[in-house]
Amino acid sequence: MARTELEYAPAPESRSIVDIKASYGLFVGGEFVDGHGSSFKTVNPATEEVLAEVAEADEHDVDLAVKAARRAYDRVWSRMPGSERAKYLFRIARIIAERSRELAVLESIDNGKPIREARDVDVPIVAAHFFYYAGWADKLRHSGYGETPLGVAAQVIPWNFPLMMLAWKVAPALACGNTVVLKPAETTPLTALLFAEICQQAELPPGVVNIVTGAGATGQALVGHPDVDKVAFTGSTEVGKAIARSVAGTDKRLTLELGGKAANIVFDDAPLDQAVEGVVNGIFFNQGHVCCAGSRLLVQESVAEEVLHRLKRRMATLRVGDPLDKNTDVGAINSPEQLARIRELSEAGEAEGAERWTAPCQLPDTGWWFAPTLFTDVTQAHRIAREEIFGPVLSVLTFRTPAEAVAKANNTPYGLSAGIWSDKGSRILQVASQLRAGVVWANTFNQFDPTSPFGGYKESGQGREGGRHGLEAYLR
Amino acid sequence: MDAEEHAPGTTAAPLDVARSDASLRRFLHGLPGVDQVGAEARAAALGTRSIKTTAKATALDLAISMVDLTTLEGADTQGKVRALGAKAVHPDPSDASCPRVAAVCVYPDMVATAKAAVGASGVKVAAVATAFPSGRAALDIKLADTRDAVEAGADEIDMVIDRGAFLSGRYLEVYEEIVAVREACGPAHLKVILETGELATYDNVRRASWLAMLAGGHFIKTSTGKVQPAATLPVTMIMLEAVRDFREATGVQIGVKPAGGIRSAKDAIKNLVVVNEVAGPDWLDPDWFRFGASTLLNDLLMQRIKLTTGRYTGPDYVTVD
Repeated sequence: MARTELEYAPAPESRSIVDIKASYGLFVGGEFVDGHGSSFKTVNPATEEVLAEVAEADEHDVDLAVKAARRAYDRVWSRMPGSERAKYLFRIARIIAERSRELAVLESIDNGKPIREARDVDVPIVAAHFFYYAGWADKLRHSGYGETPLGVAAQVIPWNFPLMMLAWKVAPALACGNTVVLKPAETTPLTALLFAEICQQAELPPGVVNIVTGAGATGQALVGHPDVDKVAFTGSTEVGKAIARSVAGTDKRLTLELGGKAANIVFDDAPLDQAVEGVVNGIFFNQGHVCCAGSRLLVQESVAEEVLHRLKRRMATLRVGDPLDKNTDVGAINSPEQLARIRELSEAGEAEGAERWTAPCQLPDTGWWFAPTLFTDVTQAHRIAREEIFGPVLSVLTFRTPAEAVAKANNTPYGLSAGIWSDKGSRILQVASQLRAGVVWANTFNQFDPTSPFGGYKESGQGREGGRHGLEAYLR
Repeated sequence: MDAEEHAPGTTAAPLDVARSDASLRRFLHGLPGVDQVGAEARAAALGTRSIKTTAKATALDLAISMVDLTTLEGADTQGKVRALGAKAVHPDPSDASCPRVAAVCVYPDMVATAKAAVGASGVKVAAVATAFPSGRAALDIKLADTRDAVEAGADEIDMVIDRGAFLSGRYLEVYEEIVAVREACGPAHLKVILETGELATYDNVRRASWLAMLAGGHFIKTSTGKVQPAATLPVTMIMLEAVRDFREATGVQIGVKPAGGIRSAKDAIKNLVVVNEVAGPDWLDPDWFRFGASTLLNDLLMQRIKLTTGRYTGPDYVTVD
């Protein structure tokens, strides 16, 4: 009998479930309003199709949004008992769960991430975050951080997990009694605007959540606004530093969740098949557009060859392509700028003498794509081992002793996350205690849960999001 | 695959490790562990693959051709076995394009009847032997059971391992028993049933898989179907990893047969996805992958009819066994 090939036929998720408007305004005081500035286009990175025109908020628009937030804070939200705030948050969480398919499809279209991830990871975590912090709203006095809100929170979020980052920012802020002005990233504003509709549907009091769209200038106007009490930012370390400078000397409270260059450490006694799976998930999840991505694989010499063999074989089965296809594992790169940066760093890797290997796969003709890639013969001195690539590129280094693994893992200005793979519990605990990273995963990677605090050491940021610890950023 | 292509790191000369209980133990316990959470997450993720239209048609026909159509009841009659044989040869009598199944699987005393029923169709006859399903008998009785089935014409023997010996760490005993049964099989192919539902951990499933492969089994099979849980997706995945790794280490390809608990076409297709992405397309063949099942075939047939005619039929349009 001739060998049968099981070619998966296209299995596209229908996009008819989501209604994308031709243009979007700003969400201020519970209403969609026109901005005073110009507008910009948001594009489907898988097809380069323009999805919508979105208003670009200028300083004036930002001021109106902050005023709306202040009004809602003073008159309604800060005075409302926590048990009542909780009802709104539970309602939002339920609507997110009910409209999850719509949110997942829109997230995939605007961001380029595979529908499988948007559906199975992003949106469920978003709903879970609102459910979790809804539960805290009337129990703040047990939090250990007081129960007094800060006021108006200015929140600026990135394009890699548009809805999830929104949830991480908005849910704890609202639970604690703050009102927010949120700026989504300029390449991925659409799900935040759909979230604004959900706030209307939940009859959230006007002004409690305001959403201003725009690029860097809008973000600057927002974090620099004098009537903002709190700034929360997730994004690049470079912008994070600029924000820290602009906030310095003011009364504004600040939390930053910035870049990373996480080490995924595989010891020779690791469960190898699961370790390979975790390495793949660590760097190719969301096209590697993950601040806590395991972008450096540190593998013990004695199993390096075998792990690489298994890793390449596994990478060859990754399905790269149409993000809306339910069988796609790796989607599109979010923007041409990001693609250029990934290419530049990959070329630097080759130029510096690292060995490049790319998974065999057919990339679509239109859109922005980068095939899953790994580099071997990487040293700590190479740029691809030091700089955040934020793409599907893995740098592989080897180590001989646990001490060397720890030294290499910590030898970075970042410190967001790390992974340890070993069947030996004592080794996991010993190494974890020496790693300077905010999150250390053992025999797993990229696990997110609303009950678990998340945040960085060093240039990866300050403050924690998630869990009880996440309340601290929004209480005094 | 020749020796030069062996995967790095798997250079232990596998056929040499059964010198003693100690060396066998060292080898089996030296295999990389299985992380339960990670393995189950991977299997669940593969289970979300969406197999539609042309891919589904291919998968359904492939799955039908991989079925070991099984009846293993005390109440089995010759009439039932004949009916099973007829169905195995023409699963859908109204559609000549429907492939035949791989084999019928019966108790040894029904082999002759089954053999006559499938005739020269190419459908194999498999017999369970070695004091199936418990495996609790003396070795010479197990061997006599096996020889009896082979003499009656069985093409394949499905044996059970001695789980008591395996779980108490007497690996060499299990190994030697499989070797002896393989000898008793003569020309018949040997499937080794691990009864994974009794092995308790994925580490044990991996070790038992290697043990059975080292001892010369042609197939490793999850379960008797008499113990729950039977063929779960993670267990089948672990066994597929084992045959993949074994071929890289030795050049010898071994088949996998999940049995028990796979009742729907959807479950069968999930299994094929795991075969495709874990072991690779070389295993997408009835020579290398089987489903031990009885009710599964009817669901595969109903899905196939739906796909070819565009209409759902009911259970009255496929034959009861």
